[in-house]
Amino acid sequence: MPRPVASVLALLVLVAAVALGLSIGDQHVLTLATQSMILAALATSWNILGGFAGQISLGHSAFFGLGALLTRELWLGGRALPVAIAVAAVVTAVAACVVGIPMLRLRDIYFAIGTLALGVAVFITAGNLWPGISSLPAEMLRSYDFTGPYLFALAVLVVTLLASIWLAQSKLGLGMMAVREDEEAAKATGVNTFAYKLAAFVISAALAALAGSAFALFSVSYYPNFAFSVIWTFEAVLVAFIGGIGTLFGPLLGSIFFIVGRDLMPTNVDEFQVVFFGLLFVVVVLVFPGGLSQAAGRLLGRRAAKARTTGDRATAARGRS
Amino acid sequence: MSQLVAQSIVSGILLGGIYGLVALGLALAFGVLNVLNVAHGELLMLGGYLAFFAFTRWGLDPFVSLPLVFIVMFGVGILLYLGLFRFVTKAEIHTRIKNSLLVSFGLALALQALAVRFFTADERTISTAYSSEAFTLGSIRIPIVRLAGLVVAVIAALVLEWILSRTRFGKALRATSEDWTRAALTGIDVRRVYQIAFAISAALAAIAGSMVSLGYSVSPSIGLGWTLKALIVVVLAGLGSMRGIVLAGIALGLVESLASVWIGGQYREVAALVLFLIVLSFRPHGFFGRAHA
Repeated sequence: MPRPVASVLALLVLVAAVALGLSIGDQHVLTLATQSMILAALATSWNILGGFAGQISLGHSAFFGLGALLTRELWLGGRALPVAIAVAAVVTAVAACVVGIPMLRLRDIYFAIGTLALGVAVFITAGNLWPGISSLPAEMLRSYDFTGPYLFALAVLVVTLLASIWLAQSKLGLGMMAVREDEEAAKATGVNTFAYKLAAFVISAALAALAGSAFALFSVSYYPNFAFSVIWTFEAVLVAFIGGIGTLFGPLLGSIFFIVGRDLMPTNVDEFQVVFFGLLFVVVVLVFPGGLSQAAGRLLGRRAAKARTTGDRATAARGRS
Repeated sequence: MSQLVAQSIVSGILLGGIYGLVALGLALAFGVLNVLNVAHGELLMLGGYLAFFAFTRWGLDPFVSLPLVFIVMFGVGILLYLGLFRFVTKAEIHTRIKNSLLVSFGLALALQALAVRFFTADERTISTAYSSEAFTLGSIRIPIVRLAGLVVAVIAALVLEWILSRTRFGKALRATSEDWTRAALTGIDVRRVYQIAFAISAALAAIAGSMVSLGYSVSPSIGLGWTLKALIVVVLAGLGSMRGIVLAGIALGLVESLASVWIGGQYREVAALVLFLIVLSFRPHGFFGRAHA
């Protein structure tokens, strides 16, 4: 698609999304849309690290949770909301930098194990430290409106997507992809692979924190450790895989598919939905490593979908890592 | 103070034995199949519930039901291999590890959700007549149900070591884990070795679960926590290394319980994580590991 056309189209979608949020009174639809966008933002942020830089992290929930926790505490503690959100993003980025330095020395599978360990340890610790439920105070509850969180989630999603689009074309993003394709070769040609990996880790974490802020804003009451739950990592990785890992809009597509699909499912029993999507995930990983984008391309028998992807292949499930 | 430290050293060793037992199965699956099963903790959880319901429904003592739990979960392991991990092991080794991690991640959450559905989210503990009994060593208490966990762990490790080093099947297993293509060339049925190794791995998780529901407690959400502990232990001992796992488990148990005393119980997982990161940074192949994978 030529660039001006794409930009105009994107702008139209954005205007439509804002208008939709302001005009729709249906809380159910607004809730679904907000959930989709939070998940899409989280998955897109994961995709920068997992898809672009090829570092499969299973600890993404730690940064989402930290963003949510800090935003919520500062906001309910009386700070202005923008301050709370900014502080949450910055602190999370710094934390990611501190953890990322030892973590990124690990390669491949060790990195996945290490980040999973991080995610689970932080989740358990958060549960130990904040056992009580976090609810909005009564006066906030009375004036609670679904539109605000919707618009904020939309903004976070747009920022995350813009960051992805920018990265896909910038030197920084190309460096990340070089690391993904062949770390040793990149290193041999003088690319500072560690710096690129760390940049991907920190950017990805800061954006995940923003998604966490959206969650903190949107949720009326929840246990603080829920935002740290490994389920967030799982869903983000799941939708990135379903949509197409390493592609720009794959995670967004996957999130819409996931949230709407979950809502349309005949059973309302949460547990069976997790089972269904767990199995779907397994099938996607094993059969369609390129996700929906690749499956669509394959079904339509054209290479267009492939050309749109940022790399020429989905790396995660490929032989080389 | 020193009595508190001594008591927590003992508790750490007892808990560490179970960490070792859980990690044995995880290391077996990783070493032989090159499959990293994140759902290992969920298999432990299932084993724990099996023992719990055998006790409450049929009045079977957890030590009597131990072989039963082993056999049932051995069967479940075979089914999981045939239905799921068989497809993962078709890929080459690096893809295999990554895919197994992702696939078992999905499996873990599915099993956890099913457990909430069928067993409810309540915490359960097997309370037998001897549950509250303990040996005392000076002022230190050694609860016998927890001591039993350590004993079972040590026995399981010795039996596994014996199978690996002394039996024909163990030889096939070691050959497969060294190089499956060459093992296949010498006439070893690699698929069968995979199947049985995975089944043993699941069964080991399950007997650890039995001991957990006797000495500690089970609930649907415990899986990931135990997987975390097992992963840490396996990394401490060295990925692909079967020896030293129970020792590494005990080391982790000690670090955690001493951290609980000195830093505070809420931070025990953080202490474990820091230990884990330090070891991974300086010895990526662990203390006993060989440099492969």
